Amino acid sequence: MHRTKIRVAEDALDANQTIARANREDFDRAGVAVVNLMSAPGAGKTALLERAIEAGLGETRIGVLEGDVQGSLDADRIAHLHVPVAQLNTDPGFGGECHLDANMVRAALGELPLAELDLLAIENVGNLVCPAEFRVGEDARAMVCSVAEGEDKPLKYPLMFRSCELVCVNKIDLLPHVDADLDRLLANIEAVNPDATVLMMSARSGEGVEAWRDWLAALPRRAAASA
Amino acid sequence: MHELALSRAIVNAATRHAGGRPVSAVHVRVGAMRQAVPTSLDFCFGLASRDTACAAARLEMEPVAALLRCPDCGREWDPAPPPLVEHGELPGNGLPALPSFGCPACGAGGEVVAGGELEVDWIEVEDA
Repeated sequence: MHRTKIRVAEDALDANQTIARANREDFDRAGVAVVNLMSAPGAGKTALLERAIEAGLGETRIGVLEGDVQGSLDADRIAHLHVPVAQLNTDPGFGGECHLDANMVRAALGELPLAELDLLAIENVGNLVCPAEFRVGEDARAMVCSVAEGEDKPLKYPLMFRSCELVCVNKIDLLPHVDADLDRLLANIEAVNPDATVLMMSARSGEGVEAWRDWLAALPRRAAASA
Repeated sequence: MHELALSRAIVNAATRHAGGRPVSAVHVRVGAMRQAVPTSLDFCFGLASRDTACAAARLEMEPVAALLRCPDCGREWDPAPPPLVEHGELPGNGLPALPSFGCPACGAGGEVVAGGELEVDWIEVEDA
């Protein structure tokens, strides 16, 4: 049997990138800025979105796409706040994937009134590994890291921490009760991503949530300026 | 743990370029900053390639060392922390050594020159 070598020289995730670009074109046409929000399970992504939406984002009209392996618990929470929301489950049809990819997001876009939004928050599946690999067409990536997870997480998951421009350090109300060393957490974030913006907050007490809300509200303007 | 997702992407890319022919080898360049564990990637490739054109293919992995460059002063460096001393002991202060994604000279965030790759470099197919 004859064997032939074929030069490919292609990023393995090229197919995802192509779909992500198509998503991005749709977002741009609709005039909506998109943030891909990531974290470990239970870090507080949904709670922080709730706090920001409850506090009001000014003129910025937000919609939310919730990504979970199963169930609509998060989308139900957001729906109570009377903003457009869609739930994307990776279990049926997507093999129970532990992350969102561009194709899954594309499949859910029809469920959201993009043209009526200024900002779409895509809450990824809770996971500090795979979501970092897959672009979905977002303008910005943000992550939540709660102090209860321990100060070593940036060192264990540098790919995730490096891929985000904003790190929300959440649950700071728990600092007196957990062993995490906040100074070392901040030093570790700085070590793996010196360019990251770091905001400290507590979704529970509301402390610091204002800066997170301001960051979200300003994203459409920032995205339009860089387009 | 993301090796399965990466393996699926590798299999899909290789299959697309194989044009329907069985693939006998897939050569990928794996950057140090992709956090892909070679043995895990190899194992997951075996799972992801089942019932595809890559089912009988061997996965060849070429590691690519990380290299960052400072956008301000041009200095280049490897962000990996120095290896832990023998027998798993931690350095003097008992803390793990930090990687350095900031420029050792001026502190600016480094741009990735190499080490971020996950590239299907070439494949080998069987002609009928």
